[in-house]
Amino acid sequence: MEANQSNLKKDSIVIVLFFLALIVVNGILVGTGKLKFGTEGFGIMVAAALTIALYSFLYQDNPIFKMAEHFYVGVATAYLFIVTWYSVILPDVILAWKDVGGTDVWVTISKSLAIIVPTILGLLVYTRLVPRISWVSRITFAAMIGFGAGFAIPNYITSHILKQAKPSMLSLWTAAGPQWGAIVIFVGVITTLVYFFFSVEHKGSIGFIAKVGVWFLMISFGASFGYTVMARVSLLIGRVSFLFGEWIPLIN
Amino acid sequence: MKKNLPLTIAFIMGWLGILLDYIPHKVSEVLMTSITKGLMVTIAIVAFLGLYSLLNMHWIKIKRKNAGWGYSLLVFAGFFFMLIFGLYNQGDLFWKAQVEQGMVEWIYTYIFTPCQETMFSILAFFIASAAYRTFRAKSMEAGILLVAAVLVMFGVVPISGKIWSGFPEIAQWLLEYPNMAVKRAIFFGIALGVVSMSLRIIFGIERSYMGGEG
Repeated sequence: MEANQSNLKKDSIVIVLFFLALIVVNGILVGTGKLKFGTEGFGIMVAAALTIALYSFLYQDNPIFKMAEHFYVGVATAYLFIVTWYSVILPDVILAWKDVGGTDVWVTISKSLAIIVPTILGLLVYTRLVPRISWVSRITFAAMIGFGAGFAIPNYITSHILKQAKPSMLSLWTAAGPQWGAIVIFVGVITTLVYFFFSVEHKGSIGFIAKVGVWFLMISFGASFGYTVMARVSLLIGRVSFLFGEWIPLIN
Repeated sequence: MKKNLPLTIAFIMGWLGILLDYIPHKVSEVLMTSITKGLMVTIAIVAFLGLYSLLNMHWIKIKRKNAGWGYSLLVFAGFFFMLIFGLYNQGDLFWKAQVEQGMVEWIYTYIFTPCQETMFSILAFFIASAAYRTFRAKSMEAGILLVAAVLVMFGVVPISGKIWSGFPEIAQWLLEYPNMAVKRAIFFGIALGVVSMSLRIIFGIERSYMGGEG
């Protein structure tokens, strides 16, 4: 209990100091005219505070980070709600009823069903909140997962097998000479597939081919890793240039 | 009923998904469009359950005054802050099309985007520290991985091209050829896995989506 009280006191001090520091820095920036106090200026202050608060996690888990994190979770959840509402529910469930109706009965029925059936399927999932009838939600999952599974079969065969196989089997040698790119891709695909083929023991020539497959895998993992790191670093550069460019104008 | 009805629905919907893709007819195209659109509606309605679940979890935390309940208040603060302006919709309210301006745009620009970018960029530090601990060229394979990673990392920054024009070309070549070859081989495996798993779902062998009680 005493430890909790002590932690609470420590957390409160950290929070107060953080907000004081922000007030002082923003006060100086506004006072010196480097930051205009308006909708945009206040936005920059908020964005800077949240950025610093989230980066504070790099030191250690702390109350400032937790505050920003929880606030972000709330905003992101509401954003998801709003996007879902305005892009799906409003046009396809509520406003879609305006298009229903007319002289053709069958068109009216089909349009009505196109709204009613998915809505009911969606609502059935809420039976999970009542344990006695929670099994009803399986109907929705079965419809969604069943259709997704069926839809995936032709699409994955097309996009992940047929469309990938064709450019992997280009001419390795043309009138212009050896096509090194095509050779590397062909060898890479075959050796990697051999490495993942566990029905044959990786010994002798198969073992050597599998080993080459591992080298290709390592190059690919290394390249993917490097690319991911640099993508994250570019985001970091973006945030740092925001802090020291837009908020505190130290760099151009 | 509890078991067979979902299995039958999955079977019918699965075959519908396959056949509609293979039948080049106007009716099948219309049906495919309306089913995919309908599933989007279903998913959207289902998403609200996740939202309820998240908010309920934080509400319970506040009600019971569990450790860190004060932070849960901030979840509600952030949620209602965005929600109110989103539903207010610049005075048009939530039954008219969204107005792409005003406070929602402000919150998106100055709260949502900075937080999202910062959270993702924090990963740069963790990836770098993980790499420092794991990237030890103890074997030939680890050495290849290290060299490939360093070449790509160095090759995609502008300064590398100024030192030697070959660095960006090497990075690009690594991404376009050996990396692409491995990705294709992995794609073949993924596709075969997806097809076999889909068939298991359609024929009722895979039942984990029924909540482990099937």
